[in-house]
Amino acid sequence: MSAVLQQAGPSGLSRRDFIAKLTAAGGLVVIGCKTRILAAEEARKYGADGMPHGATDKPLVFIAIGDDGIVTIAVHRSEMGQGVRTGMPLIVADELEADWSKVRIQQAPADEEKYGNQDTDGSRSTRHFMDPMRRCGAAARAMLEKAAAAAWSVPVGEVHALNHEVVHAKTGRKLGYGALARKAAKLPIPPHDALVLKPASRFRYIGKEGTALLDGNDIVTGKAQYGIDPWFAGMLFAVVARSPVLGGKIKRFDGTAAAKLPGVVQVLEMPATVADATFHPLAGVAVVASDTGAAIKARGALKIEWDDGPNGEYDSDLYRAQMEKAARNPGKVLRESGDFAGAIAKAAHKVEAEYYLPHIAHATMEPPCAVARIVDGKCEVWAPTQAPQVTREDVSKHLGIPFDQVTVHVTLLGGGFGRKSKPDFAIEAALLSKAMNGRPVKVTWTREDDLHHDFFHTVSVEHLQAGLDAGGKVTSWLHRSVAPSIGSIFGPDPKHELPFEQGMGLINLPYDIPNMRMENPEATAHTRIGWFRSVSNVPHAFAVQSFAAELAAVAGRDHRDFLLDLIGAPRLIDPTSQHDSWNHGESPKLYPVDTGRLRRVIETVTREAGWGAKSADGHGLGLAAHYSFLSYTAVVAQVTVDKTGYLRIPRVDIAFDCGPVVNPDRVRSQLEGAVVMGISLATLGEITFKRGRSQQDNFHQYRVTRMDTAPRDIRVHLLPATDWSMPLGGVGEPGVPPVAPALCNAIFAATGRRIRRMPIRDQLGGTSS
Amino acid sequence: MDLTINERTVQVTASEDTALLWVLRDLLGMTGTKFGCGMALCGACTVHVDGKAVRACVLPVSAVVGKKVTTIEGVGSSATGFAVQEAWKALNVPQCGYCQAGQIMSAAALLVEKPAPSDADIDAAMSGNICRCGTYTRIRAAIMQASGQVGKTS
Repeated sequence: MSAVLQQAGPSGLSRRDFIAKLTAAGGLVVIGCKTRILAAEEARKYGADGMPHGATDKPLVFIAIGDDGIVTIAVHRSEMGQGVRTGMPLIVADELEADWSKVRIQQAPADEEKYGNQDTDGSRSTRHFMDPMRRCGAAARAMLEKAAAAAWSVPVGEVHALNHEVVHAKTGRKLGYGALARKAAKLPIPPHDALVLKPASRFRYIGKEGTALLDGNDIVTGKAQYGIDPWFAGMLFAVVARSPVLGGKIKRFDGTAAAKLPGVVQVLEMPATVADATFHPLAGVAVVASDTGAAIKARGALKIEWDDGPNGEYDSDLYRAQMEKAARNPGKVLRESGDFAGAIAKAAHKVEAEYYLPHIAHATMEPPCAVARIVDGKCEVWAPTQAPQVTREDVSKHLGIPFDQVTVHVTLLGGGFGRKSKPDFAIEAALLSKAMNGRPVKVTWTREDDLHHDFFHTVSVEHLQAGLDAGGKVTSWLHRSVAPSIGSIFGPDPKHELPFEQGMGLINLPYDIPNMRMENPEATAHTRIGWFRSVSNVPHAFAVQSFAAELAAVAGRDHRDFLLDLIGAPRLIDPTSQHDSWNHGESPKLYPVDTGRLRRVIETVTREAGWGAKSADGHGLGLAAHYSFLSYTAVVAQVTVDKTGYLRIPRVDIAFDCGPVVNPDRVRSQLEGAVVMGISLATLGEITFKRGRSQQDNFHQYRVTRMDTAPRDIRVHLLPATDWSMPLGGVGEPGVPPVAPALCNAIFAATGRRIRRMPIRDQLGGTSS
Repeated sequence: MDLTINERTVQVTASEDTALLWVLRDLLGMTGTKFGCGMALCGACTVHVDGKAVRACVLPVSAVVGKKVTTIEGVGSSATGFAVQEAWKALNVPQCGYCQAGQIMSAAALLVEKPAPSDADIDAAMSGNICRCGTYTRIRAAIMQASGQVGKTS
């Protein structure tokens, strides 16, 4: 009774590894690097081992101790607000028994051979590097202990490291880390089986409150260096006029007027793209000037005639109608258990609903930007990149210079959200520096550039049907998801969601329903589709969690009780039994879906939010829960809608279980941010297209949540996890998906109005938040 | 042009209509003030001109000749600015941190004008500053803390 109709596709671990696997599996795109293709053909590996260049735990790679005892820890993942530059060193420092006040950090440049995988995406930095970083710290601690024991000529078993010193308890002798560092560094690195990791009861920093951000002071005093900040004497500043339509080309351009404007140094056509580089820049004309303001002004004077190409007719309204049509007809079956058709024919109540999520833009506050210079044939790039190694590879290919002649310095990222996994902007800087004979060039995308040329979040229509028996129990469930795939940016459009997109809340629905079918009709991409924080979980969870509330209303039951019954008894589900071949790149044995944990976040958030109390007219609570990135999240939104339709969201509660937590303050801050981002996309976020062109220019048209419309009160409830043998879940992304449906469910509770189309904007009649 | 920035006089050569933002960032290398939208819609570029919060991305540099410009690099030398920075650090307000220079400049200007702002005052003064990471609840709490109104925010 079960059909697996999964295409033999990529498992899509990393956003980069994904490309390799896409290639290996389907031959969709030619990638130059043979080793990566070969790696993808090896037996399936999980976790950090499944990523390009895996993980390393070599202490001398990550830890340097000066004679003064200052410990410098290399951070090889990109900081974009998730707190990785504080969290990673905390782990190392704890196992090292280092005094936190003597710890400094250094951002690693792009060098995966040395540091292991650096793709900062998929909510996996802490998940994949917790153990290697612990081993790294523990190995260095053991080396320091051995050096001290040798200095005192005592057995190593008699000494122990404690807060930046090694102590010989018998004699009370102590040696500081600074005094031991040189000798320790020459000792052999202890093998894994000789390493003694701390028991959790002895953690000094891991899991503790009160850690100040290592970059906090630099940020509040304006010293922090983002990708937009490197500044050299003689630097040039550039902006680029890019094809407004994906795939468009320049027919002809006239830069004469622009070139005469004050400050303009050069007007030039961007060089043609290189075939085997992945995130190549769009066709365009660059203006290079003495300052960015002059470049922007001169760009306005360019006369460019575009050949729009095949996407010149893309219209998001027409496309929506096309997607709806597809959603109302059978599509490729991804998962079937039981007999959906037979069961719904016999159902006492049949319910059907459709949900729409438009394209949304990342709109990182720091727009895409980068700096490059070329000296003696060597290129240096400073970039706010989530993908340092790919940036380096692509710069090397586009410039035609060897990989080892390219250095990529990873700056702070002024927001990432997946946009900065695609380093087209860094390639632009490198190409322009080359065109300017190696002079340092800074490329800045204006906000208009960012909103017009983003790798947008996919657009989707989600069609759901369910049958309930006379007792209100759901007996059949159909979910048809129609959305252009991220796979479309890497080669011929797959026209179907890839396994990693399906595995984000479509096929892996952990509900106890006897007859289920998931389908995926075709959809073609007409703009660049990219990863946006939480990715396909956003539309899938919006639809599923709204629909579950609709079914509860049909059944006349309390939504929480109904949802808990849909999930069913606490149990462990093998993801492969749901035809989820992806499972976030993790082992299905190590990471089953635990419905008990999903139930617990629902129970926690409803209890904390005062679920069940009677609400006044126009007030309502709404619930949603979602499993993504191996973590469990539930949200209760509280809303008021006044008679004019004005929506307020005074409070949001969010309960979260990601397993053990390294830095609780940063986990809370990620969830606070996820609530705001979820509200922003639910109430305001929309990019529309006419004639192939994004219609939103700046923040007056692409509106986002601000101080006055954000909830005043966001309460994060972290489920305690003290068992450090439990595998870690992701943190950066899983908070977002349940927010929009919780909000819409709250609006339904308050008004009886059901919102099925994002964003809410004026659908309630008044100005929404 | 002679400009007074953070109590220092600096000389710049620029077209009169060049936005102050690009003079600070590109000509003077003072990169603490951030670019976010170029249309005074996001507040990332907020600086003080004679103590008032203004958006440097739309302000022609000629407009600040003879006036006192304060940027994020200099705001800590005032008691209010310093208190705001300290509150920001104490509450770990920033996530990516990119918008926070502008947020701090808006908050410091607010507290000079209204040393004990209400929630409504904070909404009014801070809603021109976008944070995509969503740090608004902590920004509000930090403003309350800097103003000595700890615990008053709801």
